[in-house]
Amino acid sequence: MPGTFIEVKVDAATAANPDLARQLRESCPVDIFAQREDGQLRIVEENLDECVLCDLCKKIGPKGAVQVIKLYE
Amino acid sequence: MRFYEYESKALFARHGLPTGAGSLAQTAEQARAAAAQIGGPVVVKSQVLSGGRMKAGAVQFADTPEAAARQFEAVWPIRVNGEQPRAVLVEAKSAVAHEFFASVTWDGRRKLPVLLFSDMGGIDIEEVAAQHPAHLSRTHFSTLLPLTERSAKEAVAAVGISGGDLNRLTPIVLRLAQLFLDCDLTLAEINPLAKLADGSFLALDGHVEMEAEARGAQQALLAELGIGEDETRQARPPTDFEREGARLNAADHRGVAGNVVEFDGDLGLVIGAGGGSLTLFDAVRRHGGRPANYCEIGGNPSVRKTRNLTRLILGKPGVGKIAVMMNVVSNTRVDIVARGVILGCLDAGRDPAEAIAIFRIPGSWEEEGFRILEKYGVEFCDRSVSMFEAAGRAVAKLGGAGA
Repeated sequence: MPGTFIEVKVDAATAANPDLARQLRESCPVDIFAQREDGQLRIVEENLDECVLCDLCKKIGPKGAVQVIKLYE
Repeated sequence: MRFYEYESKALFARHGLPTGAGSLAQTAEQARAAAAQIGGPVVVKSQVLSGGRMKAGAVQFADTPEAAARQFEAVWPIRVNGEQPRAVLVEAKSAVAHEFFASVTWDGRRKLPVLLFSDMGGIDIEEVAAQHPAHLSRTHFSTLLPLTERSAKEAVAAVGISGGDLNRLTPIVLRLAQLFLDCDLTLAEINPLAKLADGSFLALDGHVEMEAEARGAQQALLAELGIGEDETRQARPPTDFEREGARLNAADHRGVAGNVVEFDGDLGLVIGAGGGSLTLFDAVRRHGGRPANYCEIGGNPSVRKTRNLTRLILGKPGVGKIAVMMNVVSNTRVDIVARGVILGCLDAGRDPAEAIAIFRIPGSWEEEGFRILEKYGVEFCDRSVSMFEAAGRAVAKLGGAGA
């Protein structure tokens, strides 16, 4: 479920990769990414609107694997 | 934060300022013992933070220890402006020949400390300034360089004092100025500063206030005075609204969205940035508006923090609209604040376009912020609209005089 202002989409392969999931979790300054017990990615919906548009997450994984969408545009 | 008289005098004594013999009492027996130890006429003074003790009958005189105990019983139950006394100060009654006034405070316009001195002590200094201006001297000095003896002497001499009195008063005002700087005070006042029959001087009453932000730096001093960390020492206890504001601010370390003060108006304020809060609050009042609150946002608060503050303000009974206004910001993002206030409106069940009278925050990421506001139909403006004008627009939307 998207936030009011920001939606983040991560492709399935990246989300399923525990190493990429860890990098995403560690990169986000506002804790939008977490990991399940099995290491897979979990998006923390209540933090989506805290996104500061730093784009650090977009540098992780294959190009285009992570999309940050501004819902107000 | 305000100090009680007995704490003020403890500070005075530490800085070599003359104070009389006295001790605190919380029972009639303690008052009797204190008076017996002094061994002569005493004054029995309620220890409250608010003014008006004399008018309330909370300052009394006694010639014997038994009378001091009786006066304690008379003074102790008196609530001065609703405030219960913390203790009663029993002090030796002094034979006063003349009363002076000495105070150091902060001049916001000059951005410097100012020493005020008058040979008309014991009365309201504003009255002296208005009706007897020649009896009041004002001497500004630096926060970096101490007030010099020469300047202190000139300040005292300016109201016509000379000779032995000048020589005795000069070190007193010098030490008062040093106390002001050393202890991060916003007010260090002796009124009255009494000249006794023997020619010596004594601080009969003291008013000391410390900059609230200095509490951390002055921890040792506060501990020495027995002032706990939980003692806010504000003019009144915080309201539930203010307590909730403080709780929300403390719950998230990112930025500031706090210092919430409750007022009884209808225009909620989400304001801040480098003195912007004070300026904007005054601007709203200048336009005839009635603020529902004061607050300070800045330092890039999180969306959640701004959201919670907005919801709190909009939830206050009687608030018609909010004005979101700041000075030009560099370390706070406009888009983050925009998201927060819109979410706060939505949380409160309000349409942001209707609830936000004006959004005037120019600066970092303003284009992004303005796009968000446009989507929600919120009226906004950039730095081409002054803070004063923005405040006027907000007031006008609530039916006030406005711009």
